[in-house]
Amino acid sequence: MSTEALTLNNVTVDLGRQRILDDIHLDVSPGSFTCLLGPSGCGKTTLLRAIAGFTPLSRGEIRLGRRALTHLPPEKRETAMVFQSYALWPHMSVEENLGYPLKLRGVTRTERRRKVAEMLARLELSGFEERAVTKLSGGQRQRIALGRALIIDPPLLLLDEPLSNLDAAIRRSLRSELRRLQKSLGITTIMVTHDQEEALQMADQIVLMRAGHVVQVSTPQTLYQQPADLGAARFLGVDNTVTRTPQDPMGESGAVTFGFRTRDAHLDAPPCPQALIRKGRVTECVYTGDGYHVLIDTHDAELFATSATPVAPGTFAALQVPESALIPFGPDDRHLPPLDRHEDIA
Amino acid sequence: MTIARIASPLVLGALLGLVAFIVFGPLLNLAMWAFAEQWFYPNRLPTGWGFSFWERVFRPRAGAWTSLFNTVLVACAAVALSMALAIPAGYALARQALPARSVIMLLFLLPQAFPNLPIFVNIAAIFYQWGLNGTLVGVVLVHALPGLVYAVWIATATFSAVDRSLEEAARNLGASPLRSFTDITLPQALPGLLAASIFVFLDSIDEFTGTFFVGAPEITTLPLLMFNASMGGNYQVAAITALILLIPSVGFMLVIERFLKADVLSRVGR
Ligand SMILES: Nc1ncnc2c1ncn2[C@@H]1O[C@H](COP(=O)(O)OP(=O)(O)OP(=O)(O)O)[C@@H](O)[C@H]1O
Ligand SMILES: [Mg+2]
Repeated sequence: MSTEALTLNNVTVDLGRQRILDDIHLDVSPGSFTCLLGPSGCGKTTLLRAIAGFTPLSRGEIRLGRRALTHLPPEKRETAMVFQSYALWPHMSVEENLGYPLKLRGVTRTERRRKVAEMLARLELSGFEERAVTKLSGGQRQRIALGRALIIDPPLLLLDEPLSNLDAAIRRSLRSELRRLQKSLGITTIMVTHDQEEALQMADQIVLMRAGHVVQVSTPQTLYQQPADLGAARFLGVDNTVTRTPQDPMGESGAVTFGFRTRDAHLDAPPCPQALIRKGRVTECVYTGDGYHVLIDTHDAELFATSATPVAPGTFAALQVPESALIPFGPDDRHLPPLDRHEDIA
Repeated sequence: MTIARIASPLVLGALLGLVAFIVFGPLLNLAMWAFAEQWFYPNRLPTGWGFSFWERVFRPRAGAWTSLFNTVLVACAAVALSMALAIPAGYALARQALPARSVIMLLFLLPQAFPNLPIFVNIAAIFYQWGLNGTLVGVVLVHALPGLVYAVWIATATFSAVDRSLEEAARNLGASPLRSFTDITLPQALPGLLAASIFVFLDSIDEFTGTFFVGAPEITTLPLLMFNASMGGNYQVAAITALILLIPSVGFMLVIERFLKADVLSRVGR
């Protein structure tokens, strides 16, 4: 099993007159799992297709291990891709689909049979050889598409939203299954997703993208706790922002704005000196299963907080956020202290 | 309500009968002519039946066999030629951006909008210079021309309908562009391409004008034979020729249908 590092340098893509990707730098270490995360239309699929060779670069360089991929056609790159639509060939059976990449490499018929059976066993789909791919469920198709990509022992696996066509329950179980498979094969993997929960759960390294730019490259923990700027924070579920006042903690940080998540803001916590406190009138109270989400109208902003007990709209309430849950931002909306865009990941 | 319920099957039946009469009436008349020994004006039906005209048509020197052979040969060659051009052209067009494609396709249709008699006269004049008049090659070319337009249209539509990511998946896993075309794209496009072939074949089988200007009198096809017979007032021979004309058409359709069935059935479950 050959697993290799991927390096993108200065990668720029223009489609038509539009710049889709602008000066992307990225290092992916061998055997790691990287998620490309970002809102719809930010260029995740385009980046993946550029790596696979389907989208030409206007500038920049792509290297896989020691090989320069930049000018190779797709069939010479050995970057196995799983398409969002799976792209299984409908005129071929499951066995023919899985065996085709081997056939292209001149593997004999009996050897192909054996490898296909082995792969099907690994995917827990033994006995599906003769099945028409059109007669598979969504989850089965997804696994066959994955198997077809893995059967050539590629040095790099590219996944374009492999789970987003599946329903929630299957998606959750396939997440861990996929991750387990990836770890056992030790294959360098890049997965596109627009689901932050998926990225946080699965990735070693998350590449957060916005409008054709890389905003932040870091571990899930860092990304979650220290988003590079306010926009990144909002995308990662930081749904409240307040302007700092002199009474607030972390005066030495130079923060102008604080961001915090609803789950960290409490209405009924015992008062504590090292905390951010805001008072206002309750305008809404919604039951969420774990407790209540309460919308509070301070004169500065509308803020969400959690409460264990219901609160009547119209009453006054004070929300409290512990200092550790506050994310400080400077006047330019960037995180304080400034973060290295490309955090080193061992 | 009840009246409608009783009347509707009657109306439907009558309508079907009418359609059947319009479609099959002329054929029935044709069939009667083919076996009529004697059929003069006031009589509704032939007064004598028999096979003597069949014997005349199939007499070795009458030319029916050669015309049948020519007709089938020319049709097959026209299909081969126009598909050989339409497949790459259709594929290239299908991969064009949409506005450019529409313009090219429209330009392509332009000759068809023209009355085709002057076109054939001109072609005959050019072919005469090139020594193609009165040759099978000339006739094949003149048959492939109108067929080509439709074949390119149908092929373009068919190739545009093939999901691009299926090809990309093949390229991604190591197939050269040609290999991904033959292994993935072509099988996906097969039903449409077969439909285009049927079209060209049937068009060629009863093509008359072009054959008349380019082929006659050296090359005789069944439609030409039929024309000569009709002009000579020999309706029996014309009718028999028309019936023979059905043989290649029906035969070709049966062969294609077998292909289509297997292929289409495998896709219905999609
Ligand atoms: N062939 C093309 N020509 C021009 N622009 C394109 C083309 N393909 C994509 N784009 C544009 O490039 C941008 C990025 O598209 P891309 O498909 O990479 O987004 P994405 O991040 O994968 O989004 P999603 O999450 O919705 O799949 C979009 O604004 C899109 O409109
Ligand atoms: Mg996408």
